[in-house]
Amino acid sequence: MSSNATTAEGEAPQFYELVPHHHAPHGSTQIGFWLYLMSDCLIFASLFAIYGVLGGNFAAGPSPEHLFNLQLVAVSTGALLLSSITYGFAMLDMDEGKKTGTLVWLVITGILGAVFLRLTLYEFYHMIHEGAVPQRSAFLSAFFVLVGTHALHVTFGILWLVTLLIQIGTKGLIPANKIRVQCLSMFWHFLDVIWIGVFTVVYLMGMLR
Amino acid sequence: MTNEFWSFIFGRLTWDVLPLHEPIVVITFLVVAVGGLAVVGALTYFKLWGYLWKEWFTSVDHKKVGIMYMVLGLVMLLRGFADALMMRLQQAIAFNGSEGYLNAHHYDQLFSVHGVIMIFFVAMPLITGFMNYIVPLQIGARDVSFPFLNNFSFWMTTGGAVLVMMSLFVGEFAQTGWLAFPPLSGIEHSPASGVDYYIWALQVAGVGTTLSGVNLIATIIKMRAPGMTLMKMPVFTWTSLCTNVLIVASFPILTAVLTLLALDRYVGTNFFTADFGGSPMMYINLIWIWGHPEVYILILPCFGIFSEVASTFSGKRLFGYTSMVYATVVITVLSYLVWLHHFFTMGSGASVNSFFGITTMIISIPTGAKIFNWLFTMYKGRIRFELPMMWLIAFMLTFTIGGMTGVLLAVPPADFVLHNSLFLVAHFHNVIIGGVLFGIFAGINYWWPKAFGYKLNEFWGKVSFWLWNVGFWLAFGPLYVLGLMGITRRLRTFDDPSLQIWFIIAGIGALVIAGGIGAMLIQFGVSILGKNKEWDTTGDPWNGRTLEWATSSPPPQYNFAFTPVIHDNDAWADMKNRHSQRPIKGFMEIHMPRNTGTGVVLAGLSVVLGFALIWYMWWLVILSFVALIGAAIIHTFNYDRDYYIPVEAVAEVEDTRTRLLSGAR
Amino acid sequence: MSRFAKLLLVPLVAPLLAGCNAVVMAPAGDVALQQRDLIIIATVLMLLIIIPVMVLVVLFARKYRQGNNAKYEPNWDHSTQLELVIWSAPLAIIICLGAVTWVSTHLLDPYRQLGRLGPDRPVIAEVEPLEVEVVALDWKWMFIYPQYDIATVNEFVTPVDRPISFKLTASTVMNSFYIPAMAGQIYAMPGMQTRLHGVINEPGTYRGIAAHYSGHGFSGMHFQTKGVSDSEFEAWVAEVRNSPDMLNRQRYLEVEKPSEHVPVMHFAGVESGLYTAILNMCVERDKMCVSEMMSIDEQGGLGHAGVNNLAPELYGGGEKNRSPFGPQKTYVAAICSTDEAIAMTAKLPAIKAPNAAPLVGKGLIRPEMVAHSNAPALDWLAGKLAFNQNTSADAL
Repeated sequence: MSSNATTAEGEAPQFYELVPHHHAPHGSTQIGFWLYLMSDCLIFASLFAIYGVLGGNFAAGPSPEHLFNLQLVAVSTGALLLSSITYGFAMLDMDEGKKTGTLVWLVITGILGAVFLRLTLYEFYHMIHEGAVPQRSAFLSAFFVLVGTHALHVTFGILWLVTLLIQIGTKGLIPANKIRVQCLSMFWHFLDVIWIGVFTVVYLMGMLR
Repeated sequence: MTNEFWSFIFGRLTWDVLPLHEPIVVITFLVVAVGGLAVVGALTYFKLWGYLWKEWFTSVDHKKVGIMYMVLGLVMLLRGFADALMMRLQQAIAFNGSEGYLNAHHYDQLFSVHGVIMIFFVAMPLITGFMNYIVPLQIGARDVSFPFLNNFSFWMTTGGAVLVMMSLFVGEFAQTGWLAFPPLSGIEHSPASGVDYYIWALQVAGVGTTLSGVNLIATIIKMRAPGMTLMKMPVFTWTSLCTNVLIVASFPILTAVLTLLALDRYVGTNFFTADFGGSPMMYINLIWIWGHPEVYILILPCFGIFSEVASTFSGKRLFGYTSMVYATVVITVLSYLVWLHHFFTMGSGASVNSFFGITTMIISIPTGAKIFNWLFTMYKGRIRFELPMMWLIAFMLTFTIGGMTGVLLAVPPADFVLHNSLFLVAHFHNVIIGGVLFGIFAGINYWWPKAFGYKLNEFWGKVSFWLWNVGFWLAFGPLYVLGLMGITRRLRTFDDPSLQIWFIIAGIGALVIAGGIGAMLIQFGVSILGKNKEWDTTGDPWNGRTLEWATSSPPPQYNFAFTPVIHDNDAWADMKNRHSQRPIKGFMEIHMPRNTGTGVVLAGLSVVLGFALIWYMWWLVILSFVALIGAAIIHTFNYDRDYYIPVEAVAEVEDTRTRLLSGAR
Repeated sequence: MSRFAKLLLVPLVAPLLAGCNAVVMAPAGDVALQQRDLIIIATVLMLLIIIPVMVLVVLFARKYRQGNNAKYEPNWDHSTQLELVIWSAPLAIIICLGAVTWVSTHLLDPYRQLGRLGPDRPVIAEVEPLEVEVVALDWKWMFIYPQYDIATVNEFVTPVDRPISFKLTASTVMNSFYIPAMAGQIYAMPGMQTRLHGVINEPGTYRGIAAHYSGHGFSGMHFQTKGVSDSEFEAWVAEVRNSPDMLNRQRYLEVEKPSEHVPVMHFAGVESGLYTAILNMCVERDKMCVSEMMSIDEQGGLGHAGVNNLAPELYGGGEKNRSPFGPQKTYVAAICSTDEAIAMTAKLPAIKAPNAAPLVGKGLIRPEMVAHSNAPALDWLAGKLAFNQNTSADAL
């Protein structure tokens, strides 16, 4: 932590901190996690680039307009966006130290995440059932991997959330748990932002093309 | 039925994949096995396992992790260099219809694994080791931001190295070149385990590298001592910051592109296939968007080391600190705008090629400014020709030549005749050996006394220095010439007998370098075992200028009993100039992270997962993956991660140092 | 410019290369010669700064060594004038080099038709360039001469002083086509076409190589390049025409199979459209051509009807090299017959290479991937598709 340590000219400067300055617990955790998210963001950026380049290569197979069901995607998008809001409520309750409220909102968030996941899996199942498998064309490969990577992130988010529920349940809202809730919050909102990108680039632009 | 059972258990791993028909590999295996057993036996006999586990493997101390990185890098250097010697021998004898002594299957693995090992498991661990050891000391911190993550990162890097080493004896390594371009690396053209070893070794190591990048950025941003503004950071810390920004901003691309290659191979998707709409060119673009920044990831910390060495051994402030910092930042940004110069010959068109050619040349401006800054640091200095300074001079003379040939290759029409040639091979060895390795050697000689408390033997250091320098030009001078003769890289046999003499000279050069490596090992041995060591009681044997020299050698576990306060960019020189007094009483208990074995466990499970994926043992894939996630979750239930070093212990260490200091003066 | 370069070449490079055959420094073709000059100009430009730096390193290291008691100023760490010099000196060099790069990259663009055969020797308009279609195979080179209806493997013969216009592709993996004596290299990639223009000015035999590693047979993948007089070339063409072998699709598929150290082969005739079929990866008759596929994709694909329009791979790959979780190797089946598809692409205008007119400072057109040039076929295909979309289920 760089703090003000300049001394006036001529005054004997102080070269050692004889009284230790206060370190906030987990002071680096937020920036560290944010940096990790940026690196994750670059993975998605690469996948978006791939989708951008290969998204039109249907190999004489089906294209987005034959495959996507916007109503279904609208519902799953709604569920995910709503889950970001409910996570926000969990954070508000945590700041006020309300353990039960935090837990309840987190559970609701998890359920909404699971709904999103279930709808994505349904979409995948439906497409594979129709023969639109990832091996059929470069477009389908890029689609399955971009949306699948996001779904995988949501899966890990839910797993993390469940772990956190147990930890808050047993240990309470101690600082170590609070910082975890904050990190998961960043992760969850990050997935939301990525999904808005996926929804726009893959689904909306795919249908409008 | 039993066959099905065994293939369920072992996947495609059968007796046939063991290279028992390759006498060279079998002999290597025997040597490694005997050597390995001897080491294990010795460790057991001297009852060192417990010590190693408690004090090193599970340590979260950034200094110990740093040293372990260095050991990993040096061990892998021996393997990578052995591959280089084998290639040189093959190319020196495969003339006049002779097939040499290596078949294509073996030789093609050699040049692929040589590149992979040297970049990922030699250069990367060595520079990461330096950053780990030095950065927290230079910024006056007690450890990195995330000590557990640091240990975990190290073990993941090691895990990758283990997978690469395994490929020598179980199955094979990729025969695709070090970047595994598809379609050649696709399942259709490389069906065996080689490319899978490549993918999973790099994925496992890549996780470690990315996390260590995150860790060091957070450390540099959040843990600097009071008063150390960004523009008062030592140059090595600045270059480390830029390198880690590059790591975090480029390794995810490698992770993504290798994942897609793996999907093409395992699931049959069509990202980089030539049919079904895939695009192999996409792979080449993406891997070089990682690959070019990677070059600067390696060289920037070495620029930092040279900056520290230049000002310390010239006894002078670094000339042009501000322009040095800006040059580093400019290089960091520009390194993302040049990747296409690795494939001008793909037919991108003249305007695109010129753009990337010119951006590449622009990078030479800040690099040139850096060279001038070191030059004018020497100007009006008082230069002590200790080993690190000798490496600096050698670097400045060697690297400028490498830089020049690099700019030459950045001119697209010139690249058309020099691309893929031995001229290119000579160029990148010129900058990687002349820049990165020389920097690492300067750093090892410079910081060894800090880490171990005594200087390295100077005689053997000088022997190593001269052998390396002479050997380098003997080995790579001929390659420049051969490149101008239109000879391309990765060839196993040659028709034109007039070329042989050049390859023989290059082979002799490689042997001289081998002598340099040998002399370096002797230097370490003599220094470690030597009876009359010059013990450094001051902690400041070179009359250093930055904070790492303010503490004892080796530094105590907590680095600084009292956090230093910084007023000037050469903080320690400033403290010495103004006669700051080291506090000798009033110590307080110190908050430190606790050691943990979780990093070893997680990395071990990752290696098992990688191995299972390579050999199609699906049950083991599932099992190790679940275990990996489980172990990670269990780790989060451990809330007891730190402890306090009691005042008495701190006082005891510090009092010893006080006694030593008064005795020394 | 070139004379200036040669003047400097002698003291700098000559001793280094004395006695060895440095083909890159002494090529036999005008393009490579200009590339050589560029190497020398760039080197000289950079040496302007490299040599002073290296001299200063040695001088300073000597003068300011401890014990020499030269002037010592431990706190001298900044000088605005000096900083200005150390940033602007490399900048000035890079500005010069950048200008040279921009111009030379455009003038020596491998996609650009040759404007000259040598210094002060412009190409005469009547001289028709020699067209050569090059295919990188595993592990040999195939040359198709469409103007003469002949083909060879691992032998490339050209009349001297006649511009050569190459079209290049590859059968399976990426490679790089390189005749050091003639001109720089260019990649050859499956399903894509690259271009190269060059000329050989001096008669002789030169090495042609695969410059990009392509698998186990890579070291043996080279060919002889012969620059001969016009009459010798005619005689050689006649000789090839007399050989018993013909290159049709069947024969191509045999030749295409991986083989190493392949001796020279001659083919007296080439099946019409073979190169286009190779380029579009549809030599096998029931395989959909890349151009056709891309035209269909431009139209939005074939929908659900196209999902199962697959045929099992007939040769290569197949069950053996299959992904553990992937389907058996297949390919997209043709909808129109290959002959129709080829007839369609054959009608298309050839890719317009950038012309040889002197540069006026603006960029040239970016070369395109081959299939993109097939856009005019779209209208023709559209009608075809409307029909096929209804019936493609029957294609199985």
